[in-house]
Amino acid sequence: MRPSRLTTSLAALAAVLLSAACKPSSVTEEEARIVASLSLSALPPLPADPSNRVADDPAAAALGQALFFDHDLSADGAVSCASCHQPTRRFQDGIARAIGVGEADRRTMPLEGVAWSPWQFWDGRADSLWAQALGPWENPVEHGGNRVALVRRVASAYRAEYESVFGPLPDLSGLPENAGPFGSETERAAWAALSNEERTRVDRIFADMGKAIAAFERRIVPVETRFDRFADALAAGRRPEGETALSDLEIEGLKLFVGKAACVDCHNGPRLTDDHFHNTGVPAVPGLPEDRGRATAVARVLADPFNCLGAFSDAAPGQCGEIRFMVKEGEELERAYKTPSLRGVAGRAPYMHSGQIATLEVVVDHYSRAPEAPSGHTELEPFVLTDRGRMALVAFLRTLEPAGEEAGAAALAGRAPSGS
Amino acid sequence: MKKLIYVLVAVVALAVAFVGWRMTMSPPDDLDLARSKPTQAGTFVVAVGPESEPLLQGPLHSWIVTVTTPAGAPVDDATISVDGGMPQHGHGLPTAPAVTAALGEGRYRIEGVRFNMGGWWELKLAIAAGGASDAVTFNLVM
Repeated sequence: MRPSRLTTSLAALAAVLLSAACKPSSVTEEEARIVASLSLSALPPLPADPSNRVADDPAAAALGQALFFDHDLSADGAVSCASCHQPTRRFQDGIARAIGVGEADRRTMPLEGVAWSPWQFWDGRADSLWAQALGPWENPVEHGGNRVALVRRVASAYRAEYESVFGPLPDLSGLPENAGPFGSETERAAWAALSNEERTRVDRIFADMGKAIAAFERRIVPVETRFDRFADALAAGRRPEGETALSDLEIEGLKLFVGKAACVDCHNGPRLTDDHFHNTGVPAVPGLPEDRGRATAVARVLADPFNCLGAFSDAAPGQCGEIRFMVKEGEELERAYKTPSLRGVAGRAPYMHSGQIATLEVVVDHYSRAPEAPSGHTELEPFVLTDRGRMALVAFLRTLEPAGEEAGAAALAGRAPSGS
Repeated sequence: MKKLIYVLVAVVALAVAFVGWRMTMSPPDDLDLARSKPTQAGTFVVAVGPESEPLLQGPLHSWIVTVTTPAGAPVDDATISVDGGMPQHGHGLPTAPAVTAALGEGRYRIEGVRFNMGGWWELKLAIAAGGASDAVTFNLVM
């Protein structure tokens, strides 16, 4: 049989499809627009935090830095913020679930660019960086501290530094050595026995400790990556080459990221996060207590005395838009967790909110398979992922690492606050 | 044989169309992007606009809603509720925006609006005033 015109055109169509699938064509205008929006050059200025009057005070940052590395702000004298947020590992610890005094249920979050995020923790149960910083100090499996002992440590070790930033340190004489709302039964009883005025005095210093930590963490800013150099060359109309070039495979991954794989729906903007909460069907960890993510965090942030609307916030209520207009109910909150930034992602396995997934390859597979969520509904839609596509996506994600001197700067970011 | 080839072509064409749709998820070409329109039953005419430009994806921002009668008289006693979402993603708004001030002359401020993704968004307003209620949906593309 002579090949009909139809079979010839079928073969031609197949050839076109195959070449489209295998050979990365040049970046389209629409793709270039998205690439520019992901570049570090598109990062807006650090947003002000009206709830923290010392947010940009260098002396507060210096105090915060000292507190960040202080092991004596823990029950066993062995845990500091830096135990899990390790400066040499981009401020995370490389393990599935954080280990402090005990083992936590969640993965340590990286801190790079954290001050741009309106919500803190995986479930957003804190609405500021300073409110977040208070949580681990009193968490029995993290620092395991109690509120009165923690502020006593500040009074004994950092009195001058504290007073230069916040004014005279309130008098702590007459207070018990150990007391707090989340500690042991004895500590909780001692806390309950304090007068309102005494509790407020302690809370004030405690909130200030968080505000100093926040001032320090605001300086841990994202650093330039290979991807940013590529994006900037593209935006400037230059052909990316030399150190600004990405390989064909990396570009293929980038096109999947902003196209078929739809990663950019949530991982958008220069930090590659939409700062929102999503159910992506991540499996539950056997043996851990039920974890409903954002669904239970909403009530916690509303009840938190250290939220933007609370007595220790420096903001006027009108400046607390995030908590005032947050979604408080609905199925979309069930097992929804914050979209993490993807900057530096290749260097911080394992992944997901409890370190459920060991490698980036398996993460990419998870998104293409889009399994049912343990509770609630996954927002993911399955898509066809070839072996080559998986390799390409992972290769692209690896371009979000700092290169050369920038890598050293990333490791040291936050160690030496400038201007102090 | 020829029939089989036709079927194959159709299957391939459908698959290409589906993949193409998945890849772009672009809004419909004929989407009505008008910022001013009558409500569904024609009870009111509503105009919307961000309080400050440029409208950015990400940050919280405010919108100004202007409600008039079809004849153009301002409606000052309206109760307005806000809803919306992304029809192509099947999810709602990431925040719970609300009217926080009546500014007079039929103008109202909605605070707490955020669009956290690129693509087609709907902003739905339910409006009640003078014993009548009606609704209107605006389309936006980020």
